[in-house]
Amino acid sequence: MSPHHVVITGIGLVSSLGEGPDAHWRKLVQPGLEPVLDAARFPPYTVHPLPEIDWNLQIAKRGDQRQMETWQRLGTYAAGMALDDAGIKGNDELCTTMDMVVAAGGGERDETVDADILAASESRNDRDVLLNEKLTTELRPTLFLAQLSNLLAGNISIVHKVTGSSRTFMGEEGAGVAAVETAAARIRSGQSTHILVGGAFQTEHSDMLLGYELAGYLHRGPWKPVWQRQGAEGGGVVTGSGGAFLVLEQREHAISRGRKIYAELGPVLSGRARRRQGELDAGIAALLRQAALPNGELLAISGASGAHAATAAEKSALDANPAIAARGFSTLTGHMKEAQFPFAVALAALAVEHKAAYPVFDAANEKPFNGIPRTVLATAIGYHQFEGVALVNAA
Amino acid sequence: MANLNDHMGRPIVAVTGIGVVTSLGVGKADNWAALTAGKSGIHPITRFPVDHLNTRISGMVDFLPSSSKGASLLTYDLAEIAAQEAIAEAGLNSGDFGGPLFLASPPVELDWSERFSLYNSDKDNIGAERLLRVARGLKELDIFETTQFGSIADRLADRFGTRGLPITLSTACASGATSIQLGVEAIRRGECDRALSIGADGSATAEALIRFSLLSALSTHNDIPEKASKPFSKDRDGFVLAEGSGALVLESLEAALARGATVLGILRGCGEKADDFHRTRSKPDGSPAIAAVRAALADAGLSEGEIDYVNAHGTSTPENDKMEHLSLSTVFGERIGSMPISSNKSMIGHTLSAAGAVEAAFSLMTMRESVIPPTINYDNPDPAMVLDVVPNKKRNAEVGTVLSNSFGFGGQNTCLVMAREPV
Repeated sequence: MSPHHVVITGIGLVSSLGEGPDAHWRKLVQPGLEPVLDAARFPPYTVHPLPEIDWNLQIAKRGDQRQMETWQRLGTYAAGMALDDAGIKGNDELCTTMDMVVAAGGGERDETVDADILAASESRNDRDVLLNEKLTTELRPTLFLAQLSNLLAGNISIVHKVTGSSRTFMGEEGAGVAAVETAAARIRSGQSTHILVGGAFQTEHSDMLLGYELAGYLHRGPWKPVWQRQGAEGGGVVTGSGGAFLVLEQREHAISRGRKIYAELGPVLSGRARRRQGELDAGIAALLRQAALPNGELLAISGASGAHAATAAEKSALDANPAIAARGFSTLTGHMKEAQFPFAVALAALAVEHKAAYPVFDAANEKPFNGIPRTVLATAIGYHQFEGVALVNAA
Repeated sequence: MANLNDHMGRPIVAVTGIGVVTSLGVGKADNWAALTAGKSGIHPITRFPVDHLNTRISGMVDFLPSSSKGASLLTYDLAEIAAQEAIAEAGLNSGDFGGPLFLASPPVELDWSERFSLYNSDKDNIGAERLLRVARGLKELDIFETTQFGSIADRLADRFGTRGLPITLSTACASGATSIQLGVEAIRRGECDRALSIGADGSATAEALIRFSLLSALSTHNDIPEKASKPFSKDRDGFVLAEGSGALVLESLEAALARGATVLGILRGCGEKADDFHRTRSKPDGSPAIAAVRAALADAGLSEGEIDYVNAHGTSTPENDKMEHLSLSTVFGERIGSMPISSNKSMIGHTLSAAGAVEAAFSLMTMRESVIPPTINYDNPDPAMVLDVVPNKKRNAEVGTVLSNSFGFGGQNTCLVMAREPV
C-alpha cells in the first residue's frame, strides 16, 4: 500500500508579532522588521512578550479561561485558531475523530507562594516542615491542573472538543519535532486521517527562564539577532512567548472536504546527537542528507535558539551548502521551546503557499532568496539536546 | 508457520521482555510473589516529614539508593532497573538495544531541596531574581538536567543504545499504557522491529502529595496503611500515591521468532478516546471510557465475549471506580458480574505515570502464570457495583486474554488488550 500524503490545512500562530498566519506573513515579509522586545521585566534578560490577546475569541467560556494559566490559554487559543483555519472547529464529526499530539513542558507555578516559602527558608532549619505548612495552606487547589503537562491537551479537548485521541510529548524542542514526526507517520500509514499538532510556550514567568538559566543558556545585555550572539554576555538564548498549531491531514481527506491546502509536509527527520561526544555537527549533516534536499536554491526556516554551541553548529551546517538561504526566525519571535519546530514548519508552509520567501531577518548573516520557494526546509536544533528537520513542499 | 500478521494485515506485536519495580520490590519474581500473596506495599511516609499532611501513607519506593535524591534521579533509576530486567529477559544486548524508546514519566520541576539550597547560597535580591542569578553561576549541569523534560529519556537512550530521538510522554495516569501504544504503533508502521516502552514514576514528593490532596484525590485512611487502597469497596476514599516502573520489550512476532526469542505474550490491541467533559471528572455517561474499551477490542479484533479478565484501573477513588464499573458493565453487559476484574492498585497503590506499564507487566504475568492477583481490602463491597473482583485471595485460572484499563486527568482514556498466544 502506498503511503498517504500529509498536507497542512490549518495553521494557528501566536507570537510577539501578533496572531494568525496572515498577520505573521504580513509582518515577516516587511524588510527590516523590528522585533517586539521587553527588556524591563526580567533584567538582565530580554524577552519577546505576548501581544494583546482577546482570549474570548477562542475560549468562549470564562470558566474555562479561569481554569488555565497563560501557557494553557495560549496553547488552547492557538489550537482553536488552527482548527478554525482548517474548517474543523465546531464540526462534531471531524472533532470527535481527530487525533492530537501536543508538545508540552509544564505550566506556571505560583511565584508568590514560592517566593514566600523561599524567604521563610532563610530563618528556618526545618524546611521540609515549612514546605508542608505553606503548601497545604497557600496553594490554590486547581493550580495543579494548570501546571500538568497533559492538561494543555486536556483543555483543548474540553474547549474545542477534539477527542479522537490525546497524547502529550515532553522534552523541549525535541517534543515538538517528535510530535510532528509521529503525527505525520500516523497519517502516512493510515493510522489517522487528521491530526492537531503543536505546542505553546509562555516565557514571561521566572521559572520558565530558570529552566534555561540553570545551565546559563540565556543571553544577557543588549539584544542582538540570533546569529550574532556568539561571544556576547550569557548563553545566547532570547526567549519568546508564543504558540504554533498545525492541522495535518491525509491529502484525500482534505480534498474530499474541499479544503484549502497550504502545503504538503514532506519528510520529517529527528535525531539525538550525543553532543558531549562531539556528534552534533555530524548529526545535523546526517539529518540534512537524509532529508534529500532538492537541487537549486533552498529557503531554510531555522529554529536556531541562539544557544552558542548548537547555533554555531547549525549555522556551519547550513553555510556549508551555498544553495541554502536561512532565516533565523528567533531573531523576531524569540525562542519558543516546545513550539519552536511546529512554528518553523508553519512559517515554511506560509512561504510555500505565498510562493515567496521572507526577506532577510539579519542582513549581516542571511542572504537574499529571489526565487519561488517550492520546497522549504524547517529546522529545530535543540538548545541543549535533540534535533529535527522537515521539508515542506508546494501542495 | 505462525501467522505473522493480525486481522488487519499489520505485524503482530509480541512481548519478549518484562521488567517491573514497585513498593513490593525489584523485579518480576519478588513482585509476583507478593502480589499473588495479597501483600500490600503501602506504608507510612518516611521520606519527608508528614506534619500538616492529611495523607501520611504511600506506596513509595524507598529501598533504592536514589530514593531520597529527588524525582528525576529516582525516576531514572526506576526506569533503568525495569528496562534492564526486560532487555535481559529478551536476550538482547543491553548496551545496543537497536530500537526506539518510548518513556512515560512525570512532568519534571526543580525539586524544593534544590530551590532551598540555591536560594540560601546567596543573600542578595529576593525570590526568583535571586534564584536566576545563582543559577547562571552554576558550574555543573546536574541541577539543570533535572529540569529538562527530555533528560531522563536522553540518559536512558545512552544507557541502552536505543535508536533515534527518544519520546518522553505524558497522558497523566494513562501514560504507561500510551508508551506501550506508541511502541505498538511504530512496529505496526514498519518503522522498527522492536521498541522499548517504559513507564516510570518516582515523583512522590511532598508537593505532589499535597497537590493531589488539595484535589481530594487521596485516601486519608492512615491508621492501617495496607488497608487504605480498597478499590470497588463501599468505603473507598481515594487513591494511594505510589511509585514504580514497568518496562516491556516489544517486537514484531516475525523478528522475535526469527531470533528464537521466547514470546511472553502478545500486544493485540490499543484503544483510546479523550473526554471533553471536565479536567478531573469523567463524562457522567462514561462514554469516553466505553469508547476506549471498544476501540481496544476492535483494534485487537476481539469481541466482548473473548476477554477473559480485566486488569482494572481501579484506583479506589469514589469517582473512578464508579465510572469504570459503568463503562465495563456497558461494554460487557450481564457478563460483568461473573468475569474476573481485579485491581493491582489495591496492593501497590497508584503509580501514576508508570501505572499502565506496571499493570501491563502484571497482566502478561497473569496469563503466563495462570494466576489472577486479587483485589485486597475487599471487605465491604460497594453494593452499587456487582463485580467479581477476585476478592482478597489470588485465583488459579486459565487466562488467554486481558483488557487493561488506564484513565487519567485531562480526559485521558487508554486501554490495552493483551493475549497469551498469537491468535
